[in-house]
Amino acid sequence: MHGSPEEFRAGISGFLGGYYLFLAAMNSVLAFHLWHNKHKVAQACVWVVVTFVLVAIASAAMGGSPPGLPAWLRDDVNAATGPVVYSVGTTALLAVLYLGRRFFVRPMVAWSGLNLALVAMGFSMVDENFASIVTKPDNVPIVGLVFLLGFFTWLATSQAVENDDRAKQGLPPKEKLDNEKVLVWPDLVYTELICMIALTAFLIVWGIALQAPLEAPASSVKTPNPSKAPWYFLGLQEMLVYYDPWMAGVVLPSLIIFGLMAIPFIDFNKKGNGYFTIEQRKFSYLIFQFGFLEMWVTLIILGTFFRGPNWNIFGPFEYWDPHKVLALNNVDLSQYFWVKGMGRGLPKAPPGSGLGTELLWIALREGPGILLLLGYFLALPPLMATTVFRKFFVKMGFIRFMLMSNLLLFMAALPLKMALRWTLNLKYIVSIPEYFLNF
Amino acid sequence: MSIGEMIRESQVWKSIFRHPMPQDRRNRIVVMLTNFFLHLHPVSIKKQGIALSYTWCMGGVTFFLFLVETVTGVLLMFYYRPTLEWAYNDILSLRDVTSLGILRELHRWGAHAMVITVWLHMYRVFLTGSYKPPREFNWVIGVILLLLTLLLSFTGYLLPWDQLAIWAITVGSNMARATPILGHEGPGQQLLNIQGIDMITNASDARFALLGARFVGEETLNRFYILHCIAIPLAVSLLLAIHFWRVRKDGGISGPL
Repeated sequence: MHGSPEEFRAGISGFLGGYYLFLAAMNSVLAFHLWHNKHKVAQACVWVVVTFVLVAIASAAMGGSPPGLPAWLRDDVNAATGPVVYSVGTTALLAVLYLGRRFFVRPMVAWSGLNLALVAMGFSMVDENFASIVTKPDNVPIVGLVFLLGFFTWLATSQAVENDDRAKQGLPPKEKLDNEKVLVWPDLVYTELICMIALTAFLIVWGIALQAPLEAPASSVKTPNPSKAPWYFLGLQEMLVYYDPWMAGVVLPSLIIFGLMAIPFIDFNKKGNGYFTIEQRKFSYLIFQFGFLEMWVTLIILGTFFRGPNWNIFGPFEYWDPHKVLALNNVDLSQYFWVKGMGRGLPKAPPGSGLGTELLWIALREGPGILLLLGYFLALPPLMATTVFRKFFVKMGFIRFMLMSNLLLFMAALPLKMALRWTLNLKYIVSIPEYFLNF
Repeated sequence: MSIGEMIRESQVWKSIFRHPMPQDRRNRIVVMLTNFFLHLHPVSIKKQGIALSYTWCMGGVTFFLFLVETVTGVLLMFYYRPTLEWAYNDILSLRDVTSLGILRELHRWGAHAMVITVWLHMYRVFLTGSYKPPREFNWVIGVILLLLTLLLSFTGYLLPWDQLAIWAITVGSNMARATPILGHEGPGQQLLNIQGIDMITNASDARFALLGARFVGEETLNRFYILHCIAIPLAVSLLLAIHFWRVRKDGGISGPL
């Protein structure tokens, strides 16, 4: 990807020129709609101004000098990029969007957000390192996914906010208003036909514009660095940083699938069936959104755009230097307890002892971690049932509650382990390499 | 009599379509009942149930992409040979020489799009609470279909046999080696042994079953090809049929009670 800087600039200038013209067209259509259909002249004027600014930027780009981000800002962003800032930052961002949802779902606010995101992306594309990663053919769908998810989350949230307002006034959800029955031919089959034609056209344009990737022939001796799984599994690959493969690659993915299947049998809330709402099912909504948006999608984005050679984290404008070295000195809990806490060596079975004795010594060595895990998985559920989740427990009964609390605890195990790694450099809570059993 | 009328009055036409054009209310109902493809749908539906702001059309788009993948996939199978000798070269010639080599682009981008749309479909179904009774079982089927979609994409990823392919599959399938008890580097692997001889080695564990070899090689290519083109699509087709049938039997598309 790294051709000469002049070639890169010429290529990206043309692309960005078209890109900004498209944004300008998008805004001018909105301005026309506001003025002509909604008679909101003041708002229309704002978007006309935005259109002109975008046309000006487009002409600058086509003239060969697209505006970019200043070097100091890019350096600061690169320097700030790290697992803590990324994870805490995305969580905080989602929390702000959730808490301020009444404000953010307003069409004009959401539209401004979309414009800002698109312009920020255009400005970033001037950076060669950013462009080379974002425009990699197999990464393009993920850029699409980010914008699609933004749009659909907005669509769902704005309807949920509307329905929650209606519920407060004692009105039924708006989905109930269109109770009238229509014939499937023509009302549905024509929509489907139009969808199919539009999608076919979209795929053909995509196929012509972007060639499917084909790298050098397979070679089992030349390992690429980084070696990445297909993009939709990068969340799982990210978990490998914190858990061993048996957890990150086998147990946790199985639990994700199992947990998804269990949702309808755990969720005893009868409300919110068949319409968008947040207030009426806050708990299940928040758990699902945290799991899907934060622990699945943002980890995929991290794995795709930020993980470079040696699985190091790189800033969005940073060159993927394979020689970047990060000091990593992770310590097991047993080390913390015996060596640092008690000031002695790790307990070790006397040489020549039998299997039983050896296992006992291992249990002693890993005792603190084993106790911690037993407490987490066995003592917490009853504690939850008698305190914060008391009402849940009464309504759900024993089996359902145990199922839910254990799934939640497994789900929470990932962010907890992340936090422990960042703060204490903790490697394993229980580390039994003799039996490949590290947790 | 115009040509159109002559065709529509002919015995052949009438043998296929057993009623006049669906232009009045009666025939619009009859067409839904007598056409094999249309009978997936009910005759009439609540207006809310077809509002795009509610359905996002994502289930339908996913199904349509599955059809696109099937058609382009079958056509690609005419060109592509899953052997070490030919796999890469066939893809190369699809790109550079073969007419309509764009089929590969359609197939690959369609596959990425299908993964995205199936997530969006799940997202919508969750956010509208449509998994709640009586649709619990259909949600379970949907989760299996989601998993199979990912596996379809994963098995297809290997077939171009380039660096991207084999290393993505190597990274992905390395996990299987750590399967508890059944992977040769998994916890509890020592449990399965007979008189001190390990039953689970790198030539008999879960990863070997997936790859057909100790590393990603020709056996893997063959295995993934069959999974990708035959085994998983068959399973998906069956589950899709059940999924659609259950949508109807569980009361049609969800909506407020």
